[in-house]
Amino acid sequence: MNEKVEPLLRAENISISFGALMALDDVSLEIYPGEITAIIGPNGAGKTTMLNIINGFYKPDAGRIIFEGKERSKKMKSNRIAAQGIARTFQNLALFKGMSALGNIMVGRTMMMHSNIFSQALYWRFSQKEEIEHRVAAERIIDFLQIENIRRTPASMLPYGLRKRVELARALAAEPKLLLLDEPMAGMNLEEKEDIARFVLDANEELGYTIALIEHDMGVVMDICDRIVVLDFGKKIAEGTPDEIKANTKVIQAYLGKAQGDNT
Amino acid sequence: MEERALTFPQILLENAKKYGDSRAAIREKDYGIWQSYTWKDYLDQVRDFALGLASLGFKQSDKMAIIGDNRPQLYWGLAACQCLGGVTVPLFQDAIHKELHYIVDHSECRFALAEDQEQTDKLMHLKEEIPRLEYIIYDDPRGLQKYKHDWLIAFTDVQEMGRKFGKENPNYFTNAVNEVKPDDLSIISYTSGTTGNPKGVMLTHRKIAVCSRGFLEWDNLGETENVMAYLPMAWIGDHIFSYGQALCAGFCINCPESTATTIHDQKEIGPTHIFAPPRIWENILTQIMIKIEDSAWIKRKAFDYFMKVANRVEKKRIANESVPLIDNILYTIGDFMIYAPLVDNLGMSKIKVAYTAGEAIGPEIFEFYRSLGINLKQLYGMTESSAYISMQKDGDIDSDSVGPPAPGVEIRISEKGEVLYKSPGNFVGYYKNPEATAETLEDGWLHSGDAGYMTERGHLKIIDRAKDVSKLTDGTMFAPKYIENKLKFSPYIKESVAHGMDKDYVAVFIDIDYGAVANWAERRHIAFTSYTDLAQKPPVYELIKNEILKVNKSLSKDSKLKNSQIKRYLLFHKELNPDDGEITRTRKVRRKFVAEKYGNLIEALYTPNQDNVDVEATFTYEDGRATTMTANLKVRDAETF
Repeated sequence: MNEKVEPLLRAENISISFGALMALDDVSLEIYPGEITAIIGPNGAGKTTMLNIINGFYKPDAGRIIFEGKERSKKMKSNRIAAQGIARTFQNLALFKGMSALGNIMVGRTMMMHSNIFSQALYWRFSQKEEIEHRVAAERIIDFLQIENIRRTPASMLPYGLRKRVELARALAAEPKLLLLDEPMAGMNLEEKEDIARFVLDANEELGYTIALIEHDMGVVMDICDRIVVLDFGKKIAEGTPDEIKANTKVIQAYLGKAQGDNT
Repeated sequence: MEERALTFPQILLENAKKYGDSRAAIREKDYGIWQSYTWKDYLDQVRDFALGLASLGFKQSDKMAIIGDNRPQLYWGLAACQCLGGVTVPLFQDAIHKELHYIVDHSECRFALAEDQEQTDKLMHLKEEIPRLEYIIYDDPRGLQKYKHDWLIAFTDVQEMGRKFGKENPNYFTNAVNEVKPDDLSIISYTSGTTGNPKGVMLTHRKIAVCSRGFLEWDNLGETENVMAYLPMAWIGDHIFSYGQALCAGFCINCPESTATTIHDQKEIGPTHIFAPPRIWENILTQIMIKIEDSAWIKRKAFDYFMKVANRVEKKRIANESVPLIDNILYTIGDFMIYAPLVDNLGMSKIKVAYTAGEAIGPEIFEFYRSLGINLKQLYGMTESSAYISMQKDGDIDSDSVGPPAPGVEIRISEKGEVLYKSPGNFVGYYKNPEATAETLEDGWLHSGDAGYMTERGHLKIIDRAKDVSKLTDGTMFAPKYIENKLKFSPYIKESVAHGMDKDYVAVFIDIDYGAVANWAERRHIAFTSYTDLAQKPPVYELIKNEILKVNKSLSKDSKLKNSQIKRYLLFHKELNPDDGEITRTRKVRRKFVAEKYGNLIEALYTPNQDNVDVEATFTYEDGRATTMTANLKVRDAETF
């Protein structure tokens, strides 16, 4: 990696345990601006925990997070962190079910709205102008993700693949500096996966988003990511470009198990 | 009467002068809002793009390929090309590589205009093989940021170049437009045809303009019309309707946001004039039927009852007989309760006139729309005649004829029963194919290839493709399309192929409508995995058997067709697909191809007691790759009367 580029986010020596379980043990990783970084590993390796630490939902027992060159205070609340520009999607969907796709996307923009509830209710000049601005932004995202036809459909009536897309839209609506995607392609068929992969790549290449994602489909990861971090039982066992990871024996062992003949 | 402009560049100039900023010429739904462009904007956009093309070296009679969904930019590109004396070659946006290669190569295109990344990728692939293709211009830049080539330029960049070029050459555009003559070629429209390679139909400015005006005058349409531009731009129907008529009348066309939102967008626009192939009317009917099936018992009963009333009334209206008072009252109630809300829901409440064209429509489907109060009429046209041959007149409707000859058209029936015509829209010839031209065009008479006759009312009635009409072994006339269209009235049947030439009886392949049958199956808790699996479920066979029963019942009432009832059938394992060559892009069955490819299936239909047959199927993807699978299809007997 180009050493001169400052990472957008640096996690240094992160450790966290839940009771006796050491979920992450002294893990460091860097996310560089303009890149797609994948965090991979077998089930229970600590991937989602890592995302939860990055977006401040969990506080690490040890280690520190440096975002845009500034160390994050231990006391910082997760909504403050979101306001700093970190947005995420969830492994299990978390949309407002009764709300339309458009409504859900507009929720992603509330962080950027300044008018208060009273002026919004009266739709006065300032809040009207603001509402229009945000609606334009939401429409751009709808156009970007090609979900024009479901704009008015309540989230609960959408098929799974489209719900995932709406969730991605909501995260994009927040215009984050760092976009965290927790298994964006889980449970999808091949066609849906290809679509989402395309959107993730476009979000990165065209809109310039820095993205960190967790994904189990190795084919997708190898195809779209710039860098990969591999976790296994809470430890980082490798990191590098897709080609480096493919050739890494530790990674192969973690995924396929140790060869029988090793100990004899 | 003042002389009317006969070239599209002149017509555009006139419209811009006449309407300026006062009337919208084209609307596009973008970011959820309808964005309008006036006639002045239309001209500005076209001029800038044309000058940009000129600065890239576009010369008179150069060809430009156009591919993509209906976008204002593509219509502007079309007009710009014609302003420079160029010839447009619109392509079907879902055509596979092989077809595109043939057309782009054969038409000698130097320029190509693509809608988006998907289409640009296809053209870039073609450019590697066809060096004559010099420039590719794209409208939507999405996903194309990383493509860096001198010959790949954005639409807006070409316009920017055009503005610069225009400053240096202030008279260039006016001079170029004045150079264009009415008898210059304006478009080469490739027809997919049911056999062999596509043929390039050459049409001129004059032909398109005269025919467009012919249509407008027939129905008294003018500048206040509002239409949806949603048909493939490569189809002559869209070229006449969204381009020719729109410019000649000065009415506004509306481009939907995406193909998936067309119906919803149509509801917002409320078009006054619609032009659609039977497939679209069939699809809408299927959607209605699915929703009715899903609705409450009382609504279903009310719908069934009042549709019967409407049908009865419409039959009287078509026959120009008076409607009994009681039916008139019932129809008024039905209109209030069912018809008007339904028509409004389809976005068709403002329709003055609607046409079905391109293929024969089943009389039942036709009557359904008419009985709702939509003024649906039939039109008979071909690419070779600029779509202008015959159409029905208000107050003189017939559910199975295509109306009297259009003004200026002569129709003759040859001894063999083939329809011949002389239309002002008759084409110049097939591009670089004089043999085919000579076969089709004799002394100004165009051989349609359709079998038909003139009825007592002076209407043209089309039976079928001349080469498809044949006889069963007992001498009964067999017109496959007639039977197929009857089948297609069923919401559960999407396509069908009827066999019977020189056979003892009629047998059919049925393509189920996946959406409708899947919905039906779900309501009955029938589990299935795929189209193939669903089609082979015994309950689905029973469902289709009942649909065939209805068709046989109706055939049995016609003494001439009594013997052409359907005896055996099988449900096809896949949807007939133009990518696999079984139907054309305009959805005409390629009979010869199907007969060769599925010979063993046809054999099974005519082997008594054989109740199943294996089939190996090859699926072709849009990028040309193919995959193979095997399936076992059941063959069943149908009930006859």
